[in-house]
Amino acid sequence: MDFLTLIQVLDSTVRMATPLLLACLAGLFSERAGIFDIGLEGKMLMAAFFSAAVAAVTGNVWLGLLAGIGSSMLLSGLHGLASITFRGNQLISGVALNFLASGLTVLIAESWFQQGGRTPSLFTKGRFNGIELPFAIGPSEAEAADRPLSELIKEANVIQQLYSELISGHSILVYVAVLAVPLTWWILFRTRFGLRLRAVGENPAAVDTAGVSVRGLRFAAIGIAGVLCGIAGAYLATGLQAGFVKEMTSGRGYIALAALIFAKWRPWHALGACLLFGLLQAVALRFQSIQLGGVSIPVQVMDALPYILTVVILAGFVGKAIPPRAGGQPYVKER
Amino acid sequence: MTLMKSLMGAAAAVALTAGAALANPALIFDLGGKFDKSFNEAAYNGAKRWADETGGKYLEIEMKSEAQREQALRRFAESGANPIITTGFAMSAPLADVAGDYPDTKFVTIDGWVDAPNVHVVSFSEHEGSFLVGMLAAEASESGTVGFIGGMDVPLIRKFACGYAQGVKAVNPDATVISNMTGTTPAAWNDPVKGSELTKAQISQGADVIYAAAGGTGVGVLQTAADEGILSIGVDSNQNHLHPGKVLTSMLKRVDVAVYNILKDGADLEVDKITLDLADNGVGYAMDDNNADLITEEMQASVEDAKAKIIAGDIEVHNYASDDSCPVLNF
Repeated sequence: MDFLTLIQVLDSTVRMATPLLLACLAGLFSERAGIFDIGLEGKMLMAAFFSAAVAAVTGNVWLGLLAGIGSSMLLSGLHGLASITFRGNQLISGVALNFLASGLTVLIAESWFQQGGRTPSLFTKGRFNGIELPFAIGPSEAEAADRPLSELIKEANVIQQLYSELISGHSILVYVAVLAVPLTWWILFRTRFGLRLRAVGENPAAVDTAGVSVRGLRFAAIGIAGVLCGIAGAYLATGLQAGFVKEMTSGRGYIALAALIFAKWRPWHALGACLLFGLLQAVALRFQSIQLGGVSIPVQVMDALPYILTVVILAGFVGKAIPPRAGGQPYVKER
Repeated sequence: MTLMKSLMGAAAAVALTAGAALANPALIFDLGGKFDKSFNEAAYNGAKRWADETGGKYLEIEMKSEAQREQALRRFAESGANPIITTGFAMSAPLADVAGDYPDTKFVTIDGWVDAPNVHVVSFSEHEGSFLVGMLAAEASESGTVGFIGGMDVPLIRKFACGYAQGVKAVNPDATVISNMTGTTPAAWNDPVKGSELTKAQISQGADVIYAAAGGTGVGVLQTAADEGILSIGVDSNQNHLHPGKVLTSMLKRVDVAVYNILKDGADLEVDKITLDLADNGVGYAMDDNNADLITEEMQASVEDAKAKIIAGDIEVHNYASDDSCPVLNF
């Protein structure tokens, strides 16, 4: 494997990890506040649909992004209504959201566009296209030289390859996702809001005694989760793809949950876990079977590894994964 | 009591006539969904053409999960639908279980294989059609590397890949064929994001023509190929119009014709096991305004020549399904 191949696999890793990372951070906010969120998948799917649908109708991808975030927050609100206001079971509410999103997206798409549960293909303005950072080799240089981009990059030096292929050329949402990690860390561990948010996931009674609204904090947390899931869904439909296809999240919400457990509910570790899972996917995509010391590892093993690793972590082989103590329990104010 | 009996009898009679009135044909679409722009959509187009021409009605359902297959078959059989057409190889097992219970109902499996007296089996020579588009791919390729992206890793899709690779090698024995499968679960038919990533991976390995036989996943493959400025090849339905001038051709599998003919026969369908091949125009490659500039007359002439030779038996295209191996491609 040469250097350029390695860079290309890492480039693919970044693209595969971005939706996982955003969804994982969404889950982080929600679960740190004591609300389990199985519905990440559903929220992403809903956001993917509405961002693509609005972008297709208006031709403006930013309006699409807003619509995606809005629809995802609406589902978050439903989750909150069921599990915070009415103190229902958080897992069941989350599963219900997934079913709701899976059915509603196709239904609405069929009624709006009559294309069998998909949106029309988006054109340039309706998509988040790759951003060319300064001094990077991008499509415009390729056009000027009238040669394929891959050839130009192949001829460039190592640092230019690394910069042009891996760091430049992603859509803006990728950079947003990466910046969301330090921001999440700062909010959770350096602000008063973050301290209270974490406390509400560990011991809501103490927060209540201090005169802070448990409900308000939890709603705020799932609201933030809604925004992050919305960006993740919009990235899938308008960044990676040019339109919505039914069930296009294909289980990424669940892998994000696995990454969250793998990261033991910590932001920087979440980045690591998502990059690792993204790398596994990218390697599985690039190399169908891997020869390792005469033994060939089938691609299915790579696909299953995220789940296997999570089970290993949960079983306590590599440290212990302790979820927030009040997670999953609706808070009942004492009367 | 007698009153009760006659009432019951009347009710039963009504139920029976209602059942008879419902003796419409039924169509069961596979997990890819009715509008996958590919295999299932071809079946839908055939049924639609029949309905438009004859004014007939048919029942239909899209599979949402593996668990629904048997239930849907039984529902339709019990409501008196005849014949019941199923699309996709995955219907074979539930069909084998159900067919015996409804000996008077005729079932059809497209792409599947069931040995029962009331199951009509329709299969296609996908390897022959894929051979032809493989030739076109090799002729259009400048880098000498072409790609194949399959949906779920099953023998049927390997049959596509193997025929394609043979066509490529027939034109250019030194060409490299990169073959990838999207996954091993039915989700692989609907993962355009993964399709895009596979396309990018193949492009970075030098591929400049990529053939997608992957249902809804293929939408992502064709999209990325168009974005990155390389050519792609569609499958099952004519997909040339999806990205005009960027889709080299489409491997046609005339599921629409098969469904149309079956619906025309209706309940009088003669149960048989048929294979639609090049000679029957069951498979082929798509030519229209959208790809007219991409395919030169020489390319078309050479493909037509190969087609005639395959029909005459001068070229033998190896069928992966016959011995589960491919002479020119490793999976």
